[in-house]
Amino acid sequence: MTYLITQSLNGLFSAALLFLIASGLTLAFGVMKIVNIAHGSFYMLGVYVAYTVILRTGSLLLGAGVALVVVGAVGFLMQRVFLRRFGADPLPQMMMTMGFALLFRDLALMIWGGDPFTLPYPGMLRGSMEAGEVVFPYYRLFVIAVAALVGVALWMVNEKTLIGARLRATVDDPEMASAMGINVARLSGLVFAVGAGLAAFGGVMGGPILGGYAGIDFDLLPLAFVVVIVGGMGSLKGAVVGSIVVGMIDNFGKALVPELSYFTLFAPMILVLALKPTGLYGRA
Amino acid sequence: MGARSWRLPVLAALAVVLAVGPLVLSSYWIGLLTQIVILAILAMSLDILLGYTGLPSLGHAGFFGVAAYGVAVLSTTYRTDFWTCVAAALLIGIALSAAFGLIVAHVRDVYFLMITLALGMVLWGVSYRWIPVTGGDNGISGIPSLEAHAGLPVTGPAAFYYVTLVVFLACAALMRVVVRSPFGLTLRGIRENEARMRSLGFNTWLHCYLSYVIAGAFASVSGVLWAYYNGFVSPTYLDLTASSELFLMVTLGGPATLVGPLLGAGLIVLLKNVMSAYTARWLLILGIVYIVAILAAPQGIWNLGTRRST
Repeated sequence: MTYLITQSLNGLFSAALLFLIASGLTLAFGVMKIVNIAHGSFYMLGVYVAYTVILRTGSLLLGAGVALVVVGAVGFLMQRVFLRRFGADPLPQMMMTMGFALLFRDLALMIWGGDPFTLPYPGMLRGSMEAGEVVFPYYRLFVIAVAALVGVALWMVNEKTLIGARLRATVDDPEMASAMGINVARLSGLVFAVGAGLAAFGGVMGGPILGGYAGIDFDLLPLAFVVVIVGGMGSLKGAVVGSIVVGMIDNFGKALVPELSYFTLFAPMILVLALKPTGLYGRA
Repeated sequence: MGARSWRLPVLAALAVVLAVGPLVLSSYWIGLLTQIVILAILAMSLDILLGYTGLPSLGHAGFFGVAAYGVAVLSTTYRTDFWTCVAAALLIGIALSAAFGLIVAHVRDVYFLMITLALGMVLWGVSYRWIPVTGGDNGISGIPSLEAHAGLPVTGPAAFYYVTLVVFLACAALMRVVVRSPFGLTLRGIRENEARMRSLGFNTWLHCYLSYVIAGAFASVSGVLWAYYNGFVSPTYLDLTASSELFLMVTLGGPATLVGPLLGAGLIVLLKNVMSAYTARWLLILGIVYIVAILAAPQGIWNLGTRRST
């Protein structure tokens, strides 16, 4: 039982990180029909930027803030200067993001070197919570709570604000939305930037545990894609459910059958695709 | 027609280089030519999907890798004889594409892209984590040479090159037959307007499925050749970077042509090898190549000067 609870909490922690990454990916997909190969790179850049900030100031929170803003700006520029010209044409967009993924990886290697590192735990979140036999680090609980907050905030923006209404309209029908006077190009830039920032933020949140190393970008990308595919491309609710499903399965898979841990992700994806090709909450 | 008049001389030059190059080149360059020819089979097979059927597969290196692993595992761990080894590796690749095809043949466009990407990553993950069989990150080395394994009198890089060239020509000819056949024309019809093809009575699902399996089969051929060429397989041959490099070969060379992928494969292989000889920053350069290629020649080099609206 203790084992089950601890592993479930670990699964929730993975789910929290995955949600931070996948929410931006799925929103950008909803608005721009873009398969963003560079999304894992945003996560990676987040860890590296925060690393620099933390080396100078020692504050994880400040690092997270700076990473969010800097990487968000990188995402914004990338969308405005390079991706926008392709409209909603997925192939050139995808190739473009692939180019940027390689570029970012090599730049990170150039700037920060290839040595793996982890970010320091914030002081007050060291140590573990003990409830009966279950011992669980505070920091992981903190990340789960933060991701939940981000989820609620995104949901509020999506459902209760004008920007959210425009966003939903654009996801439903970009042409009609733009005919109604919604500036789809600007909205795309905004969504892409927020998604990039969130992935970077996720990188900082995962930093004390997963750390940063060359190749983390492509290690996490497939997980994020599976989340988006399972949950339904373009759906925020799908990203929540998908993250939890994938986080849990990945975690239990790694604990129970480590050799096949990648393969265990595959099963739910096939199941979902067979029953509902657009994912749990996606629309055709 | 005039705009395309450069094509014939380029084609002739390519043919000359492929045919007599190894007679005059050093073994390093023969090695590169061999790589180009093997990867050209792979890129052409992707083009059947991407260019002709309009199905952008981002996990295509998976079949290449699985066939290569098939050869590696069978020839080293099980010491299988040459023909069984080749036949089994091809069969594994084809069976896998037949199985994956069932999952992907009904999805289109960007969904296809994402799902094939995920499937490709799964194959990569298996090759990386299933350590007892695949050796994990270390890969499998010690694949016997073609000469030792098949008992063919093919000593040296030039002889091996000509073997691959023969296989390449056979595959290219077969693929040409496929894309020019009524079946291939139907694929193009599906690319342009699937709803119309369906209303004309074509089973578009079956066509897409077969296109996927055919592409997987040729990719497996390429993987078998690669295993014997390289003598070593590792997970990097089927990761996302490999799949998207393939994608780049096709889009850079010119989708929906069979010469385009050969050109693309040649350019990328040369660029990678020449660049990595001079600088450690070739990843950066490759990234820039992606971006510039999409900006400057979105239709691909072989399609330059022709009008096509996709």
